Amino acid sequence: MKTPLIEVRDVGQRFRVNSGLLEKKRQVVAVDGVSLKLMQGDVLGIVGESGCGKSTLARIILGLLPPTTGDVLIDGQDLSKLDRKERARLVQPVFQDPFSSLNPRRLVRDIVALPLHAQGDVTSAEMRKRVDTMLERVGLDPAMGDRFPAQLSGGQRQRVAIARALVLRPRIVVCDEPTSALDVSVQAQILNLLAELRREFGLSYLFISHNLAVIEHVATEVAVMYLGRIVERNDTASLFHAPKHPYTKALLASVLTPEPGLGIPETGLGDAMPDPANVPPGCRFHPRCPVAIERCGREAPAITRVGNGITECHLITSM
Amino acid sequence: MTAPLLEIDRLDIGFGPLSAVRGASLQVRRGETHCLVGESGCGKSVTALAVMGLLARNATRNAVSMRFDGQELMGLDEKAMSRLRGDRMAMIFQEPMTSLNPAYTVGSQMAEVMLRHRGGTRRAALDRAAELLAKVRITSPGMRLGQYPHQLSGGLRQRVMIAMALMCSPELLIADEPTTALDVTVQAQILRLLADLQKDLGLAILLITHDLGVVARTAHHVSVMYAGQVVETAPVADLFANPMHPYTRGLLSCVPVPGKVRPGDPLGSIPGMVPRVEHAFAGCAFRQRCDLARPDCAGTIPRRDFAPGHDYLCQIEPAALVTA
Ligand SMILES: Nc1ncnc2c1ncn2[C@@H]1O[C@H](COP(=O)(O)OP(=O)(O)O)[C@@H](O)[C@H]1O
Ligand SMILES: Nc1ncnc2c1ncn2[C@@H]1O[C@H](COP(=O)(O)OP(=O)(O)O)[C@@H](O)[C@H]1O
Ligand code: SF4
Ligand code: SF4
Ligand SMILES: [Mg+2]
Ligand SMILES: [Mg+2]
Repeated sequence: MKTPLIEVRDVGQRFRVNSGLLEKKRQVVAVDGVSLKLMQGDVLGIVGESGCGKSTLARIILGLLPPTTGDVLIDGQDLSKLDRKERARLVQPVFQDPFSSLNPRRLVRDIVALPLHAQGDVTSAEMRKRVDTMLERVGLDPAMGDRFPAQLSGGQRQRVAIARALVLRPRIVVCDEPTSALDVSVQAQILNLLAELRREFGLSYLFISHNLAVIEHVATEVAVMYLGRIVERNDTASLFHAPKHPYTKALLASVLTPEPGLGIPETGLGDAMPDPANVPPGCRFHPRCPVAIERCGREAPAITRVGNGITECHLITSM
Repeated sequence: MTAPLLEIDRLDIGFGPLSAVRGASLQVRRGETHCLVGESGCGKSVTALAVMGLLARNATRNAVSMRFDGQELMGLDEKAMSRLRGDRMAMIFQEPMTSLNPAYTVGSQMAEVMLRHRGGTRRAALDRAAELLAKVRITSPGMRLGQYPHQLSGGLRQRVMIAMALMCSPELLIADEPTTALDVTVQAQILRLLADLQKDLGLAILLITHDLGVVARTAHHVSVMYAGQVVETAPVADLFANPMHPYTRGLLSCVPVPGKVRPGDPLGSIPGMVPRVEHAFAGCAFRQRCDLARPDCAGTIPRRDFAPGHDYLCQIEPAALVTA
């Protein structure tokens, strides 16, 4: 058996927050018992509605947030035991908002060089060379290195963020909604660039998006999150063509593909919006589930294997 | 065919040296949704604000004419405009808190709209508010009337804003990216709601979006904007089947559509970015990014007809474009 590049084992993340008026602390269950693996060369897509825990999971895998429970192995090594330098050589982030994720007071060149700098053993001539090469590789004129982020467009800033992520030649890139703030023409440029870089550098991606069409396009494997849990995971073709979980089905049905004449789909979902500070008992999807049965409100469904994937729903039995 | 409810004829909007909208024309008919689509900064929101008479003070606005139900809006004074606004024409925004006041309950702000335009008793206005909350499918409307906006989820706030816009039974609803900030499941619910309301009330809707999926599923007619100009207008099916303008074609090729682009294959993309256009600008604003550009694209660009109701702004004739 090959060692997964990322192995997340039964990870949970709880936050204590003030609930305002009453000043009573409430508990937010952002991630709850998540397990997943990312194999070398794959792109694991994570989809789900806002607040379902995608970014929290990303921060845990990046080592930016120690999980409340469970553990994460990167290339077989316990993430919590790796030092920052080692971690940085293995896994790097690209975040959604290139406006706030780049330090506005630093030159582009210094932003891209930062991970090299943190390693401490690179000469400045070498650093300059590697930064210029990387800027060129992501489609930026090295002369852009002498500008500030504010002087660049959104797409150019996202290219800077990608250059910074790749300058150490990591093995994994965690992309958290990398194109969500961009116009579609720029989104296409960035998605194409990420695909080229993956082939060229042998990268593996954890790719988070709420845009299902983007996920279907980029991912080899997909996990669907709902209220902190992975409710279904499968290879991309199976998940999109034969979804099993009622939530996955509703999510796919809601996508408005650019095909006129199809009208607006009826999702069948109830209005009870998921609240991670108030996770329903039983199956956490039951208040919105169009096919819930009585048992769903009492008992949480167990994880079931289906083909290459898994799902958790009382109505789905192992196949 | 009946006259359009809203008819914009060659609208120009400027901000100092910047030319934000350049000769934009479009029409919205009763019972129909007209989508205005384009990437950020192309002038969609300011076009909507110009119709509502809500442009920022630093803006200049000119048009050959801009008619609402036959009435000329250009030169209408603020008093007459504010009588129309919220009454016969209403607008909803991407961010519901643009129109909701955090300091007042849902009920009191909804009632206020009614009382301002139509008078009557507060009781009657609150009854109307509750009726509309139910119409936009908010459960326990009576209870919601007493809540403050911050006590509601994003999807609920969006519905409250729609209900508030409907208080005086407007004939025209302008919706500026009403579902852009929402999850896909909630987006589908809100757009269905708008389509149902349109059927019930015969609303004319001007829907602004950058999302081609939303366009395909909601529009009757579409105008594509680029750098302040309407570069193509067409009935929705025709636009997707026969996009003519090279920008429209580029835009359509950028979106991943299952079955059209194989996973992993490169998406179509438009190189470069949208130019900033100043008043003296001449020629086609797309020419730096267009792979069909030729020398005369720097000159005056004609508007060409392709089919009934389908025209586009480009130097290249339909016959030559069809094979391009
Ligand atoms: N540092 C934090 N403190 C308190 N709550 C948090 C924190 N980070 C995230 N949350 C909450 O955890 C839940 C999941 O958030 P997030 O992971 O950002 O979701 P997503 O990325 O899927 O939108 C949300 O309810 C969010 O408000
Ligand atoms: N109040 C303003 N002052 C100066 N420029 C503005 C103002 N409002 C909008 N603009 C400019 O007008 C152009 C069109 O803006 P907008 O209509 O908001 O675009 P869209 O809605 O298509 O994204 C942009 O270049 C924008 O920067
Ligand atoms: S377990 Fe029940 S409520 Fe949950 S998804 Fe399955 S049917 Fe729906
Ligand atoms: S006018 Fe010229 S540059 Fe503009 S879209 Fe047509 S061919 Fe391209
Ligand atoms: Mg997130
Ligand atoms: Mg806008």
